[in-house]
Amino acid sequence: MNSTNPTNPINSTWTRWKRERESQIRSLKLTVYTLSRSPLSVIGFCFVLVFLVIALIGPWIITYPGDIKGAIHMDQKLRPPSPSHPFGTDEVGRDIYSRVIIGTGLSLQIGLIIIFVAMGIGVPLGIIAGYFGGWVNEFIMRITDIFLSIPGLLLALAIVGALGPGIKNAMLALSIVWWPGYVRLVQGKTLSLREESFVEAAKSIGASKLRIVFNHILPNCTSPIIVKASMDMGMAILFAANLGFIGVGAQPPIPEWGAMISTGRNYLPDHWWMATFPGLAILITVLGFNLLGDGLRDVLDPQSRI
Amino acid sequence: MERLLEIKDLKIEFDTFEGVSHVLEGINLTLGRGDTLGLVGETGCGKSITAKAILRLLPIPPARIVSGEILFEGGDLLKKSEEEMKKIRGRRIAMVFQDPMTFLNPLFTIEEQLVDVILAHERGDGPGVQGERLDRKRAVEKAIELLSEVKIPQPEMRIKSYPHEFSGGMRQRVLIAMALSSSPQILIADEPTTALDVTIQAQILHLIRHLVQTHGHSVLLVSHDLGVVARVCKRIAVMYAGIIVESCSTAQLFRRPYHPYTKGLLNSILTFSKREGEAQVIKGMIPDLIQPPPGCRFHPRCLEAMGVCEKEEPHFQEIEEGHWVSCHLYKSPSSPLGFESYRLF
Amino acid sequence: MKRYILKRLLSIAITLIGLSIVVFAVSRIAPGDPAKLAAGPDATEEMVQVIRKEFRLDQPLVIQYVSYMRGLLKGNFGRSIRTRHQVWEDIKLFLPATFELVFVSISFAIIFGILFGVLSAVYRDTWIDHSARFFSVTGVAIPMFWLGIMLQLLLAARFHLFPIGGRLDTMINSPISITRFFLVDGLITGNWVVFKNALSHIILPAFVLSFPALASITRINRAEMLEVLHKDFVLNEKAQGISERLIIAKYALKNALIPTLTMIGLRYGWMLGGTILVETVFDWPGIGYYAVAAAVYSDFQPVMAVTVILGLNFMLANLLVDMGYGFLDPRVRYE
Repeated sequence: MNSTNPTNPINSTWTRWKRERESQIRSLKLTVYTLSRSPLSVIGFCFVLVFLVIALIGPWIITYPGDIKGAIHMDQKLRPPSPSHPFGTDEVGRDIYSRVIIGTGLSLQIGLIIIFVAMGIGVPLGIIAGYFGGWVNEFIMRITDIFLSIPGLLLALAIVGALGPGIKNAMLALSIVWWPGYVRLVQGKTLSLREESFVEAAKSIGASKLRIVFNHILPNCTSPIIVKASMDMGMAILFAANLGFIGVGAQPPIPEWGAMISTGRNYLPDHWWMATFPGLAILITVLGFNLLGDGLRDVLDPQSRI
Repeated sequence: MERLLEIKDLKIEFDTFEGVSHVLEGINLTLGRGDTLGLVGETGCGKSITAKAILRLLPIPPARIVSGEILFEGGDLLKKSEEEMKKIRGRRIAMVFQDPMTFLNPLFTIEEQLVDVILAHERGDGPGVQGERLDRKRAVEKAIELLSEVKIPQPEMRIKSYPHEFSGGMRQRVLIAMALSSSPQILIADEPTTALDVTIQAQILHLIRHLVQTHGHSVLLVSHDLGVVARVCKRIAVMYAGIIVESCSTAQLFRRPYHPYTKGLLNSILTFSKREGEAQVIKGMIPDLIQPPPGCRFHPRCLEAMGVCEKEEPHFQEIEEGHWVSCHLYKSPSSPLGFESYRLF
Repeated sequence: MKRYILKRLLSIAITLIGLSIVVFAVSRIAPGDPAKLAAGPDATEEMVQVIRKEFRLDQPLVIQYVSYMRGLLKGNFGRSIRTRHQVWEDIKLFLPATFELVFVSISFAIIFGILFGVLSAVYRDTWIDHSARFFSVTGVAIPMFWLGIMLQLLLAARFHLFPIGGRLDTMINSPISITRFFLVDGLITGNWVVFKNALSHIILPAFVLSFPALASITRINRAEMLEVLHKDFVLNEKAQGISERLIIAKYALKNALIPTLTMIGLRYGWMLGGTILVETVFDWPGIGYYAVAAAVYSDFQPVMAVTVILGLNFMLANLLVDMGYGFLDPRVRYE
């Protein structure tokens, strides 16, 4: 592995890294190729890409930055869609287009936080349960079963009902709803991996438990975790919007899509644009993540269903 | 002998990811009334495809029937409509499959499945008007009769069982009972004993022989096992890579095989090998059917190959009475050039 | 079989206990003084103390939990701060509406989901298949509450095909309460006016509630049918002369139903959760509506009660699903 070009240290490190990761790079290329063959996955990927781009550059493409939270323009209120206000204005005259755009970035943050917190709790617990087995496994899985025994939205409602309405509490509630799914997924995978011969081989040459976990078990869990995370992303955003709609999630004037629809509902049917456009945004986002997740599952984890 | 089924020059192709596979390259087979014909060959030679083609059970894309005829009762099966084929399947020509674990529906009782097959044929075999519709009770009685014919003990009780409650041999008997339920004229058995233990194999073959003797069906037995075929069939056709290389009576085959492949097959069975305790192999592998070898498909592996073998495909000719071979080594006695380069065994 | 059911019921009871502990713990971990929240912003210190005593909020947590559980077993879910009634009374009032809605929705989703799945598989790659697949993909992604609002807008407000909300027109008296299900009561008493009216009210909410489930069930049934139709036993059935219709409707379908049943169980759970959205949109007076109103008001007792009740319902539904496997598949029966 010695560099053949001692005068260019950066180049040699890069080539060495590439060589070590060769098989991973190859499987990545294969994933991309297979994904590109399915038109639905490509559509999903495009939607997700649009979502991410808008989320990131949102603040630069909106037309009325002041309307995000505080501004009130009563003379502009409840205007239907027009060139200056493509999605119309709301009950205090704010530009709905700008708010929907910013809502994109907000949804991205919400989704990421929920998923990462859920993974942060669920994945380690799953590995511990699967790897150590015995009563540790029983204990963790029993608790997981309790959380999975009721429908997620109800559990979220119960938690938010106890903690009080608000976007932060909603995110906490949804993280609590989501982590058990990861425990189950990772525990199952760890359990089956534990029996594999390469783990036994590692043990027999004296590898420590920690090393086995990080070098052998965790890398093999990444595929199903990625698949689940990409599907969960859409669902988490949807659930956050659900909570926002019924009034226990993001509170107005935060431009969260669900909350916007909730407000807009009061102005139906004449001022239909307030409720329509944020809903379309949710639909496209969730659809994108679902399609992408489906495609990834077909490539990375074909045996699983549901 | 009356010809019941005649396959003429059947060519079939399969679309695969890598290209078009020429799986059958002109098959000629004849099955007479009361005949027992064995179709023997290695895995992948196309014998199963031939069997399925007769009943039009091949999935039409990716399979494609390029040319040929399958004559039965005065008509070409390949040209019949799906409606007409439905009247033939299971009734006039019936099929028995291998590996009965997957060929019986696991969620339904044997009774349910047998009765539905019987009712589908809509023919009363008992006393009464021909073509009368059976009612369910009569169908169940008939099903029990069939089960006892295939020698399943206590059939009236066992009929209520599910497939997973039967052993492999018993399930195979059920499949045979299903196929015989309407007294078909032709019984096609596709590897009926491959998934079974040797002792059970013998029982099943004995059963098939017994049934044929009792009811007089004509049988086409497809197998990779020459020994199995020899036990049941009076005539044998040897198949290789989509062509029939030799076709004759069982006695003729074992006494005096002509085609080098047949000879190789016989040599690879221990009891027939010349050297004590050592089976001989046929060198090489079966050819790629997407780009098959030019000329005779066997020539790359043939110990007796000549120059002409890689240029021209040999014709399927009758070189003795009832003994047909497809090989450049031999010329039919009626050919203008007479016997030439007649190699001794 | 009986032993299996008993074992499962025991497991459900234990899970419920665990669930109640979790929800109870969450409710007490909440920041802020629950007594103050319950009393409202204008309460005096005395009123807060009264409430604290009544709800036993001054006792240690464990005692609070024990007394709560004791109350639960007696059927006492506490008192709603918002309605001032016993939660149990409120629930008795609102529960039938939810069950009627959920029952109609899940029936619709199962029947049409299986039907469309089969048709989609049989007529693969035709317009039937493509439209079914389109709906099954979008159906899961569409926000239920938004779908409800859009349908309200178009079908109810603009085209006046259906009423906008509620269970019955205010002009019409509710039928004699036998089952408290308006559709059933209307039928039984021969009260066609009520029946027709109740039907027109339930169509939109039931459709919206069933939509994601319908989409998922169609999708999986289609996939399973396609897989089963390639199996060896189907080839055998065809070779023996059994008609295609019988193969599809009986022999293949039963096999495809097993994984479909799993999806039905899963989607039933999501449907129960969805009631809080649909009942809100359509002003449907069910326990979902009740729970939402309570949650927004920070009124915790009703939320907890609804969670426990719907949770129990979901667990029982899963038990039914597991028994369903035994019914369909003889191989799992004698375990």
